[in-house]
Amino acid sequence: MDVLDLARWQFAITTVYHFLFVPITIGVTALIAVMQTFWHRTGDDRWLRLTKFFGKLFMINFALGLVTGIVQEFQFGMNWSLYSRFVGDIFGAPLAFEALLAFFLESTFLGLWIFGWDRLPKKLHLATIWLVHLGTVFSAFFILAANSFMQNPVGYTFNAQTNRAELDDFAAVLFNKVQLATFPHVVLGAYMTAGAFVMGIALYHLRKQALDHGPDIAMYRKAVRFGAVVALVASIGVLVSGDVQGKVMTEVQPMKMAAAEGLYETRANAPFSILTIGSLDGTNAKPILEVPGLLSFLGTGSFTAEIQGINDIQAAETAKYAANPLTASTSYVPVIWMTYWNFRLMMGAGFLTMLFAAMALWKTRGQGVVTSGMWKHIAIWTPLLPVLANSFGWIFTEVGRQPWIVNGLMTTQTGVSTTVDAASVWISMIVFTLLYGVLAVVELKLLLRYIKPGAVPVEAPKDPADRADDEPFVFAY
Amino acid sequence: MELTTLQIVWFVLIAVLWIGYLALEGFDFGVGMLLPILGRSHQRGAAGEADAEARKRVMLNTIGPVWDGNEVWVLTAGGAMFAAFPQWYATLFSGFYLALALILVALIVRGMGLDYRHKVDSDTWRKRWDLAITGGSFLAALLWGVGLTNIVYGTPIKANPAVKGDYLFDGNLFTLLGIVPLLGGLTFVGLFLTHGAFFIALKTDGPIREDARVLGVKAGLVTAVLAVVLLLAINLRHGSLVSWVGTVIAAVALLAGILMASKGREGWAFVGTFVTIAFAVVAYFGALFPNAMPTTLATGADLTLAAASSTPKTLTIMTWAAVVFTPIVLLYQGWTYWVFRKRIAVHHIPQPVAVGK
Repeated sequence: MDVLDLARWQFAITTVYHFLFVPITIGVTALIAVMQTFWHRTGDDRWLRLTKFFGKLFMINFALGLVTGIVQEFQFGMNWSLYSRFVGDIFGAPLAFEALLAFFLESTFLGLWIFGWDRLPKKLHLATIWLVHLGTVFSAFFILAANSFMQNPVGYTFNAQTNRAELDDFAAVLFNKVQLATFPHVVLGAYMTAGAFVMGIALYHLRKQALDHGPDIAMYRKAVRFGAVVALVASIGVLVSGDVQGKVMTEVQPMKMAAAEGLYETRANAPFSILTIGSLDGTNAKPILEVPGLLSFLGTGSFTAEIQGINDIQAAETAKYAANPLTASTSYVPVIWMTYWNFRLMMGAGFLTMLFAAMALWKTRGQGVVTSGMWKHIAIWTPLLPVLANSFGWIFTEVGRQPWIVNGLMTTQTGVSTTVDAASVWISMIVFTLLYGVLAVVELKLLLRYIKPGAVPVEAPKDPADRADDEPFVFAY
Repeated sequence: MELTTLQIVWFVLIAVLWIGYLALEGFDFGVGMLLPILGRSHQRGAAGEADAEARKRVMLNTIGPVWDGNEVWVLTAGGAMFAAFPQWYATLFSGFYLALALILVALIVRGMGLDYRHKVDSDTWRKRWDLAITGGSFLAALLWGVGLTNIVYGTPIKANPAVKGDYLFDGNLFTLLGIVPLLGGLTFVGLFLTHGAFFIALKTDGPIREDARVLGVKAGLVTAVLAVVLLLAINLRHGSLVSWVGTVIAAVALLAGILMASKGREGWAFVGTFVTIAFAVVAYFGALFPNAMPTTLATGADLTLAAASSTPKTLTIMTWAAVVFTPIVLLYQGWTYWVFRKRIAVHHIPQPVAVGK
């Protein structure tokens, strides 16, 4: 493999891994904040138990999201220095904003929330977790603005003198039309992920309690229903924002839309295949299940509209871009089997989550509980499915953008660092991959260990005014 | 190219962000490195083991609520370099590739250690994470010292013949291991050890407090010698008025801090090392100006701040954001230190968690 391929692999590995943890952080901070708010309003200590229980699980998960996030900020410069210098005037600012507005807020107030149970007045302590959540949402906004520029560069001009893209209109960058669809899609996806996380884990305990006639059936039912409602409502939002995204994508990245279906020839009333057999890249695909006109609808809102095919777009882009070294590429077609299957897997995992959430809501209505073995599997799969959907979605989005690093402006091959040799990237990639692998095992084991005992009874936190100076802390390292 | 006021403002702001990072995470690194040293008990046998563990937990809890917020300063410094001087970010991060990858590994294992160590009540588990915390803190401190000293002292930088406007680092990991940069690494380690010891002395109570103060004085004296040699070497090559003044203030502050510690004035001792780090950074950036990365190649080209800079438009937007939000960040981060201001002693430490037993 050459440096370009290695750099791509390293980015893919470290970024997909990082984003396993991010949506849970964004979403679960909101759900924990709501649970803690319920406890404040009602005084019902079951909400406190749930807050503390999911708080612990969240912290186990957050640690990995945090430490792998530092890699993200550094590796643009490390592996993609020509990209960084070319777009830094535009792309750097959202990253700096993210650190200044989001990371400080998140990290500082999370420290206060974790250690502050007996050190802050109740209301102030509640405010800290809401601020943590606000930080995560700011973070999502800025990093997605940066990514949206790569999908659909706006608000810049090319300066031949300095040989780079330069900022023209910052508001255009922050409120890019891709961003306006992607930001809600990703944040709602995070709520969906968190809802599924809470629902699945609570469902596991609800079933256990129901089988053992335990005392906490009512508490876990509340948690299941809370998680399921969030997952279901958020997933409807994910669907709607995803639909808008599809239409924006057809407009600004027609190749990606064609690649999502493997549509080679331009046609009206373009169908959407649910499943195909034949060659993986769609060149010789035989659809098993196909909905006529659905691709046209997803792309434009009309079942009969014309959708451009890969071959036509390839010809048009070659004519348009081949002359400029920054944009020249032997092919403008992404890896079709990747886009085709990731697109379907994303949607499939999303729909299954919705189904499980709806089933759980139906089953737990009134005094309903779950006992059958099937529910154990649902409890395990519900938290995992949206996590997978998030990964499939991002792999689709990023692979579908190829060969571009910035759509229509710069190819990925021209963005890679020139000073970094293959050996260096091999070393860093192997080290990161091994380290991430070990940490994943440790994290999962720890998570399971903490899930097992469930939301055990806890002492109500003391007001700091009633706490003696030499009393042990409620929480300590 | 003339330097503009905005470019100078952003050079200063990036220096401020590095001061924030090194002066704050510096004591976190110090606490991490001191874990096996100050974590030893004066007692023997089983009571000694329990006491040693309690001491370690006291130390870790002094930084528990704040270390993560401290680390954000480096993300902000990196982000600000990317946004304000993209060519600096591009040349530096690709050039110092393996060193940065090592720093990342160090920060990752250290962060995981801090977050996970207390989560399982097992000696093996704790020992492994102790190693991660101490090793990660040491490696990160050392490599930041080596890296930052290389930037200032000079590296083989040249214009990229293939890409107009690009500058590249023409070397490898071993290029970075010169005598002066290595001295820089050792000095950072010594400075953070001292800073961390004074922080522990300030934030704890009981025998560990005395031990930390005594150790801090010793570490400080060794560091003072290293730091003076290092800063002289840098000043003799790249000295400017600012870098000389920074050097003098840093040296005086370090000696004053050590003196205060020996008199039992822990708060002033900590202020002393804080000011030392701040003015050492001033000296570094004073020596660097007006370059972002000076070259050591006869045929090379300095990467100047002017050549590395963003457009006035981007710098203006960033300035507004910095003016509005930096004070807010300082306020709430400062408030955190106020909330957790009280000294921690062994009796504050709760029983280890008993999850999954």
